Amino acid sequence: MSVFINKDTKVIVQGITGSTALFHTKQMLEYGTKIVGGVTPGKGGLEVEGVPVFNTLAEAVKETGANASVIYVPAPFAADAILEAVDADLDLAICITEHIPVLDMVKVKRYMQGKKTRLVGPNCPGVITPDECKIGIMPGYIHTKGHVGVVSRSGTLTYEAVHQLTQAGIGQSTAVGIGGDPVNGTDFIDVLKAFNEDPETKAVIMIGEIGGTAEEEAAEWVKANMTKPVVGFIGGRTAPPGKRMGHAGAIISGGKGTADEKIRVMNECGIQVAETPSVMGETLIKVLEEKGLLAECKTH
Amino acid sequence: MNIHEYQGKEVLRSYGVAVPNGKVAFSVEEAVEAAKELGTTVNVVKAQIHAGGRGKAGGVKVAKNLDEVRTYAEEILGKTLVTHQTGPEGKEVKRLLIEEGCDIKKEYYIGLVLDRATSQVVLMASEEGGTEIEEVAEATPEKIFKEYIDPIIGLSPFQARRVAFNINIPKELVGQAVKFMISLYTAFIDKDCSIAEINPLVVTGDGKVMALDAKLNFDANALYRHKDILAYRDLDEEDKKEIEASKYDLSYISLGGNIGCMVNGAGLAMATMDIIKHYSGDPANFLDVGGGATAEKVTEAFKIILSDENVKGIFVNIFGGIMKCDIIATGVVEAAKQVSLSVPLVVRLEGTNVDAGKEILNQSGLDIVSADSMADGAQKIVSLVK
Repeated sequence: MSVFINKDTKVIVQGITGSTALFHTKQMLEYGTKIVGGVTPGKGGLEVEGVPVFNTLAEAVKETGANASVIYVPAPFAADAILEAVDADLDLAICITEHIPVLDMVKVKRYMQGKKTRLVGPNCPGVITPDECKIGIMPGYIHTKGHVGVVSRSGTLTYEAVHQLTQAGIGQSTAVGIGGDPVNGTDFIDVLKAFNEDPETKAVIMIGEIGGTAEEEAAEWVKANMTKPVVGFIGGRTAPPGKRMGHAGAIISGGKGTADEKIRVMNECGIQVAETPSVMGETLIKVLEEKGLLAECKTH
Repeated sequence: MNIHEYQGKEVLRSYGVAVPNGKVAFSVEEAVEAAKELGTTVNVVKAQIHAGGRGKAGGVKVAKNLDEVRTYAEEILGKTLVTHQTGPEGKEVKRLLIEEGCDIKKEYYIGLVLDRATSQVVLMASEEGGTEIEEVAEATPEKIFKEYIDPIIGLSPFQARRVAFNINIPKELVGQAVKFMISLYTAFIDKDCSIAEINPLVVTGDGKVMALDAKLNFDANALYRHKDILAYRDLDEEDKKEIEASKYDLSYISLGGNIGCMVNGAGLAMATMDIIKHYSGDPANFLDVGGGATAEKVTEAFKIILSDENVKGIFVNIFGGIMKCDIIATGVVEAAKQVSLSVPLVVRLEGTNVDAGKEILNQSGLDIVSADSMADGAQKIVSLVK
């Protein structure tokens, strides 16, 4: 078991003929992901990396039976690509594209109300269930199959956490990058719920950063509902207020969204927070030991 | 992206949002000329910088005649204003807004901003205008009224009316206030604003509802579809290194320390600053080279870091995903050669194509200290710059 994706997930690549999409389509195929088709309007009938290309997503889904998509479409057109995925009734759409205008996402989010599709991202590294399915841009080789769920707003910090776990002999059930934008499809709580219900997942690492209050809300949810240990990390402890740190959502404004406040609430809710990004793995291992879960989480 | 108050008012005026008449002036003569053209007895001379708190810092003066306009323009132009938003170095005033004075009866606050928790735009209003809204929110939260706006319907008249009555706009002016709010919302959506703040909104003695100040911020990701807004960009208001970085799609922010950082990914870049601080170092900058960087972009990033004379050492921390380590390595080597690097350089590489990247660094013949982890790298660079 795992969350959101597994070996049976059939994936369409939206915007497949772009150079980034092509590179990662190849990587995903090499990892073993079932990429069953791609979409680029006007390029239907082509084949790239052995994958058939369609003009519309509806046609691609009809021909291949896909239930998920990954979006590499350039930012000005990405919101429309998400709408197309929702309209096609996919179970899951993962949007890698960064720099989507936020008001486009406000409309997308409203359109998605009551619809079936789960959106992950935008501006995220994607989702990976080790040894089964990799959808996105993360380097596959750092992952190991196992029992720790990882959820993060930052792509590279997800890699950092996963790498530390793998090096310590701790595998991952699924790693989910929810993205660094202020308006996104799947939030911390959605992923924590899924990990809580997943029998394979024994513990979770949650990686947040400055800006907004999503981490605080997630921490309150953990305190009230989570039956598994959660450890955390918050990036941007030393970031000055009023400066946007790369991610559209990473800004301390009006005294809100500081790392210290997030860490305080997380600690209060029983989440141990790693002191530095290089001890995310160690912090989890310490908690696993305390809870007597270390042995079953060790992969070697 | 930020714009000046006078530019914000131009945008609002074009949407039918009531603002006082005014003109921009770049010199004392232009200021006097502008006041003459406005033809009003009382004018306000307002410093135009990208920061709030101008009034308290002496950047806003009421002139009762043309001589006073001249006096105040002479006083404010060229002056460096230090406010709570400028940082201790302050900002030099290069433009003035000369605006007709108005008879203020009462000041209110109106703001539009994205609410992340609901993924909707929220209209906030208060009858405690003129002060910092954060202070009002802190001291008297019951005096702030909010309306969440459905993006499909837009701001409905009933919502705007409810706000107007809640903040006690005189009832004969509620119609004007509703029109004001709806026009403001239309401008916000049309121009992809991230913030539209009117503080204060005023009711005047002659029964008008208008924006006495206007702070508009725009979503940088949407500027590609707003060439008119992009034309308002004032490079004098931005950090030179940040401007240079933006030309190459690099996300760079000056921080004032002595350890230059080059990282991929915003989260890792922030965490890198944090860990340097943790080991008692002081980061000179935040720099995210992004995912699609080429060797050329990496070279430019390196040059920008080194153009900061405080930089005594550089820490490159890369975890390649979409970014490939060999490209970073090629860029680093190229840059180090071009600028004949004279400060210590610590590099930590991990992720996509890591072996190829390390090989390139090893073969370069450059004096590069390699690190096994970010903690190792941070400790090494901190000890090297001491």
